[in-house]
This record gives sequence, structure tokens and C-alpha cells, in this order.
Amino acid sequence: MGLIETAVNPWGQTVPIHIEFYLMWVAAIGGLAFLMVHAIYVQFVAAKASHAARISPALEAQYPPKIKRHSLVARLFHWVMSVAMFALLITAFLPRMGYPFAWVEYHWIAGLVLTASIIFHIFHATFWMDFWSIWPDKEDIQEAKWRFLRATGKDAPEPRKFGKYPFENKMYHLVIVLSGLAVTLTGVFMMKRVRTPFFTRNPYLFGDMTWGMMYILHGLAGVGLIGLVMVHVYFALRPEKFVITKSMIGGDLDRDFYLEHYDQERWKVPAAK
Amino acid sequence: MAIIRDIMPAFELFQPATVGDALGLLDQHRSDAWVLAGGLDSFDWLKDRIKRPKVVIDLSQVSELRGIKEVAGGLEIGAMTTLTEVVRNPIVKEKFSILSQGAELAASPQIRNQGTIGGNVSQDARCWYYRGGWKCYRAGGNICFADTPTAVNREHAILHADRCVAVNPSDSAPALIALEAQMVIRSVKGERVVNAEDYFVGPAIDITHMTVLKPGELLTAIRIPATWAGAQFYFEKVRDRQVWDFPLMNVASAMVVNGGNIEKIRIVVNAAAATPLRLTAVEDAVRGKPRSVATGEMAGKLAIVGAEPLRYNGYKVPLMRNLVKRAISGVEEPKWA
Repeated sequence: MGLIETAVNPWGQTVPIHIEFYLMWVAAIGGLAFLMVHAIYVQFVAAKASHAARISPALEAQYPPKIKRHSLVARLFHWVMSVAMFALLITAFLPRMGYPFAWVEYHWIAGLVLTASIIFHIFHATFWMDFWSIWPDKEDIQEAKWRFLRATGKDAPEPRKFGKYPFENKMYHLVIVLSGLAVTLTGVFMMKRVRTPFFTRNPYLFGDMTWGMMYILHGLAGVGLIGLVMVHVYFALRPEKFVITKSMIGGDLDRDFYLEHYDQERWKVPAAK
Repeated sequence: MAIIRDIMPAFELFQPATVGDALGLLDQHRSDAWVLAGGLDSFDWLKDRIKRPKVVIDLSQVSELRGIKEVAGGLEIGAMTTLTEVVRNPIVKEKFSILSQGAELAASPQIRNQGTIGGNVSQDARCWYYRGGWKCYRAGGNICFADTPTAVNREHAILHADRCVAVNPSDSAPALIALEAQMVIRSVKGERVVNAEDYFVGPAIDITHMTVLKPGELLTAIRIPATWAGAQFYFEKVRDRQVWDFPLMNVASAMVVNGGNIEKIRIVVNAAAATPLRLTAVEDAVRGKPRSVATGEMAGKLAIVGAEPLRYNGYKVPLMRNLVKRAISGVEEPKWA
């Protein structure tokens, strides 16, 4: 039982054709295992979060009661992308799980929605958002190391509070960027293999090996997204993270939550008027 | 073209004597099992060494799967009944002649003596890229070799292709759909009955199968209700040679005409798509209209809406239009006029 399936093409070459589909179960079980281990760790092992002393009224007065975390446009992008992602996963994997339906058209339509939303997000994040706030930097990595050392009982300096996006959040975004770009770029090319109103079908656009690698990359990124989406939904529903999830709906965080959990130097918000 | 090696790969052969035993074996071996009816489709696959099942379940000894009996004015045909038996059955000839016509036009007399009605409706696609053993979509791969700019695809689909462009080659299937037949499917869990038109599955839904049969299931019988007994029937098959050939296309229609007008109709074409196509839009359009050449012409034009011919099968579009026209008007014209 390998990771990929191969076939012999008409020229006698052995070429990869797609991933072995049991990998979707590996991703799902891996995702589930992570959730269970994390939930047990948080419940029984991890040190309880220490509450800071009461926030001073002077500090409170500097900030508005509601702190804007996500603009309307950013929230719309997130939810459009979510719907597209779920549609893609359902159309890709449900037929493989034994629930056959005509999935191809829904799949590429959802893929186009995802691609368009990603292109939009790249422009929006580059020109209208704090572009670098989501990317891990040296400081994040240094502090992650300190956190790990302290969690394992070793001496290390106390890390600062997070900026707008915690390190784990940034790493998750990075992995989603890589897998999202892999599925959308390969997916757009794969549309040349099926009938759509946009392209004339041409399976000879690339050689069999290139196509095979594209299918493998699409498949690996696709099954990876099963685990990643499971993890994302899990954290979104965890009680201590739910405030952040709500901010993806309403856009705002409470001032107290902001002052308690974030470093005001690393995530600067406009002062109260 | 596959190299025929004539020596089949090794497999374990079971020859159950009852349906119960056959179902037990199918349940035990699930997707490792290959059901052998008349063997005419199976032996191609096995001798070409393209399909290599671990287990073959030969139904030839299951006598309860054979025979035709009258049930409530209709018929129940055992899945292992040969095409010749179907063709020669007096009740089929008298009440459901469209089926005897369709079955009689399948292949050759020798093949009809051996081939079964269950095998004829459940047979695999004849696309030579697929039959040649290439790892195409239908074989679990990621390409259709028949739908490329240079492919040879004269016999392939003009409608409802979805990645795979192979067609269903059955001659009895369109007749059975026109007769509102039902397929009796059994497994160790029990029995389910599906309408003949729902028995076939297209590539959009399941690209590696031709029918809704799941591992462990067996088509045991075909029931034909009395609904269309004695109706006006039309069956025509067009093929490259007049015997021992698969259809380039065929058409089957059952009609009740009252006062010259079409009161009830079912019309089905096959070899136009991956499943036999019941032309419901045509049925709706001609219902209540006179059975005439004009109605036939209108129906023919409607039937081909949405057709997407490939490089070499453009001829199938006028062929389908004319077959539908003739089926509706009931007037057979010189074939190549």
C-alpha cells in the first residue's frame, strides 16, 4: 500500500496518476487524534491561564469598549472562502466515502469561488491590511521556543503577550496558504481536463508526468485540508477561543479581552476618542 | 488493441447451485468477486488479462435464475435467461415485441444462445481504450483517451459525457426502459427493486461502474409490468454490419395511440450516452399530437438539443434525430436516404 497510484501510459512510461484515496482517512483520523490529544492536554496537563491583575481604569480609558479585529470585507472573504472550502471537501471526498453524486461541476465552481476569493484576499491584504501582521517573524519563533522550554519545565525568559495573531495562528495561516495555493493552482490547470464553459478540453496541455504530479499535489493538499479544516473548526469552537470566533462574525473584541490577552505594543489599535 | 493471450489468469471458481449460495459467496468476497453469467463480456476481460478477479462466481448452475413466467399480466424474466429464449418466448413476442426485437438484434445467433438478458443489460462499456487496458477514468485513472484532440471516438457519446465518453452498448436495455421494466436486485440483506432507467449509472455519478449494482448484489430478475402490453412498438438498431455488431445507436419506443393521436409514450435511445437515455422532453412534446412525420421531425430536432459530438462521431447527431423521428412517426425510411 503506497502513497500514490501509478499507471503505464501509451508510451510505456510509468507515471503517477493520483494519491491513494485511503489517505483521506489518514488525514481525518490524524485530525481527530490531534483534537483529542489537544483537548486532553488543555483539560488535564496544561497550566491554567493566570489572570492578570485588574486592568487599570487609566489603561481602559485609552481604548474604546469594542476593539475592531476584522473589517467587514475581511469577514466576508473569510466566510466566502469557508463555504467554498467546505463545498470543495464535500464534493471531493463524499463520493469517495460511498455517497456518489454528480460532483465535478460543483467542485470546479467551488474551486473558482475559492480561487477568486484568494486572489481578492492577496490584493486586499497587501494594500488595505497590515500585511506583515500574519506572517511569523524571528521574535515569534524565539518566543515559541521559550514557551516550549517553559512548558517542559526548563528555564527560559517569559515571552510577551501576542500581537494581533498568535504564533500558532500565523503558522496555521502559513500552512493554509501553501495548501490553498497548491490546490487552487493545480485545480485551475486540471479544469483543462474536464468540460467547462471556459476552456476547450485539452489533456495534452502537459505531459503525463507533469499532469500526474499535479494530481498528486492536488490530492495531497486536498487531504491535508481535511485535517487543517478539522483543526480550524475545533479551535473556533473551543470555549477560550470563542471570543475570537465571534469577532469573525461581528468584527469586534471586548476591550477587556484585548487588554488581557494581547500586547498593546504589538497590536496597536486606535485610541478612544 | 489489447493482445489476446487466451490463457486467463488464475482465479478461484465457484459454481453455486442456488441464488442463496451465490449471494453468500458475493457477500463473502465482495469487490474481489466477478459474476459470470453468459461469459461473453467476462471472457474478453479475463483473457485479455485486464481484469484479474480473485474469485469468479459462475451462475450457470443456478436454475432458479432462468426462465420467463407470467406475473399479473406482465412478465418476470430470470436474469440468466438467454437472449434466444427471450426472443423465442411467445408471450414476449405477442405482448412485448419490442423486447424480442431488441434482443434479436444483439450480436449473432451463437452469442444470443449463450448471452443472458442480465448480462446484456449489465455489460461493460466497449470503448477500446478502456477495453485495451489503458488506465482511463473508467479504469480508475485520470484521463479519457477517447476524448482528446487526436482520439478515435466514432462510437462514443454525444450526450451527457462527463470526463468518460464511453456509451452503453446494450440492445435490450432501451426496450426494457420503454416497457417500464423493473430490475430485481438481491443481496444477503434482502431485495431491492429499481426502475430499469435507474439501474444504469453515468460517469458523472460513478465513473467506474455502468450500473447501480454494489459489491455483494446480484441482478436476479427483470419484471415487465402489463402497462405497455400490446402497445405500438418501434425498435431500430443502426450498426456498421448487419450482424454481430454493437449498436452505433438504437431507439426503442412504446406508444398508445388513440384516434391518431399519441396518448402515452416512452422513448429511449442507447449508445448516445453512457446510460440508455429516456427522452422525457420528447415524450412531453409529442403527447397529444398526431403520430405523423411532422411530429416525428419535431421530436427528432428536440432529441438532439445539447448534443456535443466529438471529433469523429458528428454523424451520431443526425442519426439520433432520424431514429427518433422514425420511432415517433412509425415510418421506416430507407436507412441511408
